[in-house]
Amino acid sequence: MSDTELLPARKPLDQDWLKLLNYSFTLAFVSIFVSLTNMPVRFDTRMIIEPVFSMGYLSLFWLPVLLGFLVTRETVLEGIASHKKGFREVFAGAFVGVVGGGGLSLLVYLLDNFNVRDPLVNWSPQLRDLLSFQRSNVFGFVIWPVIGLILGSLGGSVHVVSTRFRRIVTWALLAVIGFAVFETVLLDLSEGFAWLGAEWLTDELYFIRGGLTMHGAVILAVLGGLFAAFGHGSTRRVKENFTALESTQRTRANIVILLLSAAALVVLPLFLGGITNELLANVGLFVLLALGLNIVVGLAGILDLGYVAFFAIGGYSAALITTTNRADSWPSWVPALTKAQVAETWWIPSVYWLVALIAVVLFAALAGLFIGAPVIRMRGDYLAIVTLGFGEIIRLMFQSDWLGGYTGAAQGVTNIPGFQIFNVATIKGTDPRAVFYLVLFFCVIAIYVSWRLERSRLGRAWMAIREDESVAEAMGIDTVKAKLMAFVVGAVLASFSGAILAAKVGSVFPTSFEILVSIVILVVVIVGGMGNIVGVIVGALVLIGILGGPTQPGLLAEFSEYKLLIYGVLLIVMMLKRPEGLVPNVRRTRELHQDEYLQDAWLKGEIDTDSDDEETALTATASPPNMGTQPA
Amino acid sequence: MNTTNDTTNGTASGTTALLEMRGVNTHYGAVHILKDVEFAIYPGELVCLLGGNASGKSTTLKTLLGMVTPTTGDVFLNGEVVTKESISYRVERGVTMVPENRRLFKRLSVKDNLKLGAFLRKNRSEIDADLERIFTMFPRVKERLSQKAGTLSGGEQQMVAMGRALMSDPKVLLMDEPSMGLAPALVQTNFELIQQIHSEGVAIFVVEQNANMALSIADRGWVLQTGRVVLDDTADALLANPDLRASYLGEG
Repeated sequence: MSDTELLPARKPLDQDWLKLLNYSFTLAFVSIFVSLTNMPVRFDTRMIIEPVFSMGYLSLFWLPVLLGFLVTRETVLEGIASHKKGFREVFAGAFVGVVGGGGLSLLVYLLDNFNVRDPLVNWSPQLRDLLSFQRSNVFGFVIWPVIGLILGSLGGSVHVVSTRFRRIVTWALLAVIGFAVFETVLLDLSEGFAWLGAEWLTDELYFIRGGLTMHGAVILAVLGGLFAAFGHGSTRRVKENFTALESTQRTRANIVILLLSAAALVVLPLFLGGITNELLANVGLFVLLALGLNIVVGLAGILDLGYVAFFAIGGYSAALITTTNRADSWPSWVPALTKAQVAETWWIPSVYWLVALIAVVLFAALAGLFIGAPVIRMRGDYLAIVTLGFGEIIRLMFQSDWLGGYTGAAQGVTNIPGFQIFNVATIKGTDPRAVFYLVLFFCVIAIYVSWRLERSRLGRAWMAIREDESVAEAMGIDTVKAKLMAFVVGAVLASFSGAILAAKVGSVFPTSFEILVSIVILVVVIVGGMGNIVGVIVGALVLIGILGGPTQPGLLAEFSEYKLLIYGVLLIVMMLKRPEGLVPNVRRTRELHQDEYLQDAWLKGEIDTDSDDEETALTATASPPNMGTQPA
Repeated sequence: MNTTNDTTNGTASGTTALLEMRGVNTHYGAVHILKDVEFAIYPGELVCLLGGNASGKSTTLKTLLGMVTPTTGDVFLNGEVVTKESISYRVERGVTMVPENRRLFKRLSVKDNLKLGAFLRKNRSEIDADLERIFTMFPRVKERLSQKAGTLSGGEQQMVAMGRALMSDPKVLLMDEPSMGLAPALVQTNFELIQQIHSEGVAIFVVEQNANMALSIADRGWVLQTGRVVLDDTADALLANPDLRASYLGEG
């Protein structure tokens, strides 16, 4: 592609005007949409650079840049000459920015002159003030095309500037925004490392009420730029050195990396405060869930939309077994025991949680069998719908009057004691660090189990079933048993998560187990990369850690209202642009981009043409001589 | 090699049939598919079952493998009644199917595909020996071992499909329409592969619509018509049969 000669740059007015208009209107529409979701007003409280730039404006500003960039982006085709980039690209970006910015001008005008707050709840004076930068309407009306002009040309000029320059700017921006997003964690960390004088650093960087200080932002941008300018080559060199290693050395290097990150995971929480540990614990709970679902969906190919059922069963069974004050609500056939008696029996608190855990696993496994048995006889869409139903049934059962006597119905179960480890320690939500270690312990187990299973005979059977169930059956694989096993393993992992949640929060309610949880876990698995352990963990870190879980806040707590909107957009973009997930599995990448892969291989001469001819012949003369007509 | 090319009628020879159907009737719901089907396959034979669309060919295969349980009648494997036994029970005892259209596990590697063929076998060294045997039989497959099966060419996929079936160490291969949807050149290679496997002593049961091709390599054949066996003879006799020629080979 580099060999191809470049044609001279085109004239600024030599444009695909229809495309330009298309992008302009997209920009206008999306800007208005984002404004009317109230994101700018809501995020305005979250400062990036105090006092000049908030996340609210960021939610609008990135759009012209992105669209200005995309409008002139084209795939460089191998062997076909492409034009040199120049003023034309900048002009296109500016055009999109100006016309698209007009959308917000229109909105400012409309906000000022009409009141349609009735259907559009966010049609507010605050939004008008924000859009006109607390000045007059005329200012707001004029300023947006100007902002669009600047940002759009910026987006367009990305094509023009050198790669090196582009990298420097990107890194400078990333540094500023990254430090702004991770503010909570970094502040927390600096407190932990106060003895190193780290607090002085964050005091310089961050403003007291949140957001970076002006000079902090400048320093970060410069550092980011410097890193891109001089440090970039080194990371690549490290990577190259790594791949150049021999396999035994590489295994050793992998082990060292693994040990180092394990040590970091064990040591780092000691220096982190409550909020960050809480966050990490939440991420861990979802890593557990996602690893379980990854076995069911990613390996065995069973699209389970009611996975939350097992999470609920884990939570409720742990809660019910360990809460002593529920003795009076037990069914009448259980010998009546007073609280004191319960405490005195073999059910002694020292083994309390370990016993409970065994029971939880048993319950979950049974539930997996029970739900799995009817479900796995179905395939595809039917299976997905039925699991969706089961997920709701389990939650409604816990909520119902029928079981309400034991499960507390809508009031849930409260006063759940913490996770007792013999008589040494009790892990409760009040100590997020301990909870994190507990979650970490179970995550390690889950990762090990997933990793082993993936390479086992059972794992291979699951993959065969995912690929072609009837052929797998014909190979002698007991598909019913294998699929049930997937359900049971998934159920057990989810139940661990549920049990820890019960111990952590100290209470369980039916509302903690809504269908949304299933969806979020599935999104984590899909966005991270299906069938890929590392991908699932990264997915949980990004989605749950930054945006937040169904009820848990993430790093960007302001986003919680828009979480689902962002999840949805993310899912669509991922499915279109990167179906293999954030961390692609080599196998999945190939299968999803098989056409491209085959084409590449063919171009490189990896597929010999003889056999390829057969293949083409096959498709060309695909209709076999039909002798199968019924004899008369 | 115990190929019994001269077997004219199964019951005549004293040996036990490898796979046998006696008075099998199969229903899908209320629909009567197989009607008193009766035949036997002997060790080392290459036999074929011919029939048009909806004549019950695939159902016969499924009944033999255990995917469908007959309403009445019995399936025998080495003289033992296996009518009620599972697929894995039969696969373990030497019955393996090569499905129609190859149907490889496309997104898994060639190696995984072959390993899955040996799913029920426990003896590692025997599996490895069989793997080597397949590599000598199809050297192309060895080169493609770590490639995804779906990225292979049609001919190579056919080899992997055969290899996968052989990995279960079968005594009899049930082949469902090996020429279905293939280009003429590939059909030819395919039938050569079948003969090659047959020459190693594996009995082969081919279910086909391509009567000419199947009969040219088979010892014996049956013709199935709306679920009933209407003809049962040696391949040569069937090829010469005027009725068959009229209805299947487009003559007369």
